[in-house]
Amino acid sequence: MSRETTINLLFALLLLGAPLLAAGMGEPFYVTLATRVVVLALAAVGLNLALGLGGLLSFGHAAFFGLGGYVAGILATHAFNAEPLIAGIPATTSMPLIWITAVVVAGLVALPIGAISLRTSGVYFIMITLAFAQMIYYFAISWPAYGGEDGLSLSVRNAFPGVNTAKPLPYFLICYAALMAALLLFRVVEGSRFGSALQAARQNGTRLAAVGIEPFNIRLVAFAVSAMITGLAGALYADLNRFVGPSMMSWHMSGELIVLIILGGKGRLFGPVAGAMIFVLFEYVLGGITERWQFFLGLILLGIVLFARGGLLGLLSGKPRHV
Amino acid sequence: MFTALLIEQLLNGLQLGVMLFLMAAGLTLIFGVMGLINLAHGSLYMIGAFACATVAAATGSFWIGLIASLAAAAGVGAIIEVAVIRRLYDRDHLDQVLATFALILILSEGARWLFGSFPLYLDIPPLLQGAVPLPGGGQYQLYRLAIIGVGIAVAVGLYLLISGTRLGMRIRAGESDREMIGALGVDIGTLYTVVFALGAALAGLAGALVGALQSVQVGMGEPVLILAFVVIVIGGIGSIKGALVGAVIVGVVDTMGRFLLPSMLALAMPASQATTIGAALASMLIYVVMALILAFRPSGLFSAQS
Repeated sequence: MSRETTINLLFALLLLGAPLLAAGMGEPFYVTLATRVVVLALAAVGLNLALGLGGLLSFGHAAFFGLGGYVAGILATHAFNAEPLIAGIPATTSMPLIWITAVVVAGLVALPIGAISLRTSGVYFIMITLAFAQMIYYFAISWPAYGGEDGLSLSVRNAFPGVNTAKPLPYFLICYAALMAALLLFRVVEGSRFGSALQAARQNGTRLAAVGIEPFNIRLVAFAVSAMITGLAGALYADLNRFVGPSMMSWHMSGELIVLIILGGKGRLFGPVAGAMIFVLFEYVLGGITERWQFFLGLILLGIVLFARGGLLGLLSGKPRHV
Repeated sequence: MFTALLIEQLLNGLQLGVMLFLMAAGLTLIFGVMGLINLAHGSLYMIGAFACATVAAATGSFWIGLIASLAAAAGVGAIIEVAVIRRLYDRDHLDQVLATFALILILSEGARWLFGSFPLYLDIPPLLQGAVPLPGGGQYQLYRLAIIGVGIAVAVGLYLLISGTRLGMRIRAGESDREMIGALGVDIGTLYTVVFALGAALAGLAGALVGALQSVQVGMGEPVLILAFVVIVIGGIGSIKGALVGAVIVGVVDTMGRFLLPSMLALAMPASQATTIGAALASMLIYVVMALILAFRPSGLFSAQS
């Protein structure tokens, strides 16, 4: 077992053990905090697929995060009011159905955005993904049917067959399982022919084209899959907070997702997990000390970018196998 | 009456465009010369607005405030260039995005620390208060016309600076071959600081000018920053001419879309529905225009690097 695998296992166990312990001690707040870590990590695992493996610096993933959230919010609201969605299709409060819808919606929106953005590269790509995310953000703000600027509140958490989702620990376990599934998917993709092509597209698109694989198609699929995972995280996040609002789609959120990956270690399997743990810890500890915690977060982030490249996993487990 | 309203909205669009040009010109110059993507440009806009509002409140003069906004934005710009940005030129875009994102957090939270969460207000200077009559009836705010005038003056000034002065020659040389002008004995470090401070001053000027129209508050820079990104993507990154054309396109399309779409939709559906749907669609319009332009010209209308 390599050193990185051992550390990954430790992170996975820590993330599972801490909330179990907290629940045993009757501290549901910490279980919710851990669920926040897990859901943010899941969103960042999605982005890590595009950013870490494919080198696609998307500054618009908050859009997919928010879309997933709105899918959960809109379906639950319709189901609560017993209104059909459109054309008599009934709404639902069943989590699995909501997840599938969120994933499909995120993928369907990501395809045209990706198709246009991936015609460009470098700075253009960053700015265009940001611009498209802002477009969806402003649409959410100015469309009054689902709360507009105020967002939507979910009166009860959606249902999962056989689980009491209203309690913090069962909901944490659901999210944890989703995160592990996404990490497994990331590992499988990374090792597959598709993953090799994607990493080759990052390193040298021209060479990849020379051996007969079109980098554009590979990148587009990766972008869509990445958006789908982030969309799933958005649906879970909406249920966690029982609220979805435009702020989930703001450019600030997109920035935070990138920050999570960099804090943990770009392109590494558990990078987003480690990053989300540090981020929520910062937020909680610094936020408890000072109202101005973002100021210090900025300073820390600046220090990491300028002086400590490779993130926490880079620090703990040395250079990655590839790159 | 409709003609007057149309002219008024066109002028509003032009005023927004001019303001976006002030932002986009700095961004595109910094990208063109140093190859740096600067997310913190919106914070410099905010700094300009805060400096102008604070100094104008203390001295009672908008004009001193305006000078203060230029000085503050250029000063902060020069400081962050020397302290942070300078280390990022050789890094990839990811590091640049993250570091300037961190700068936004620091500058926004720092501004909230210094000035509090309540917005400041800035009055239009007495000289520019009032309105001018428009052809076809109606009136137009003199101050907004003055902003358009300032924008045109800056565009001409930048053109003269870049095409006719020694500094402009160095900037153009820096755009085409950085290492070569270093080898020819030009002090690249100073040149970069000057260009960054120049871009910062333009952003600060935009912030101060707009500060008299809107409230001055933390976070005012980000929406403008993202519009300025759309502008330089449309215009072609690195091109000042592209920034000007893109800014006018974005300003006019956005304003006219908000003005015309609801009334156009009202022809086909009930008025209340038309207003909400029209507003929602209008907020997306410039991004659709951007997507269309990129579909045909992936590197913008006037790309400097093609």
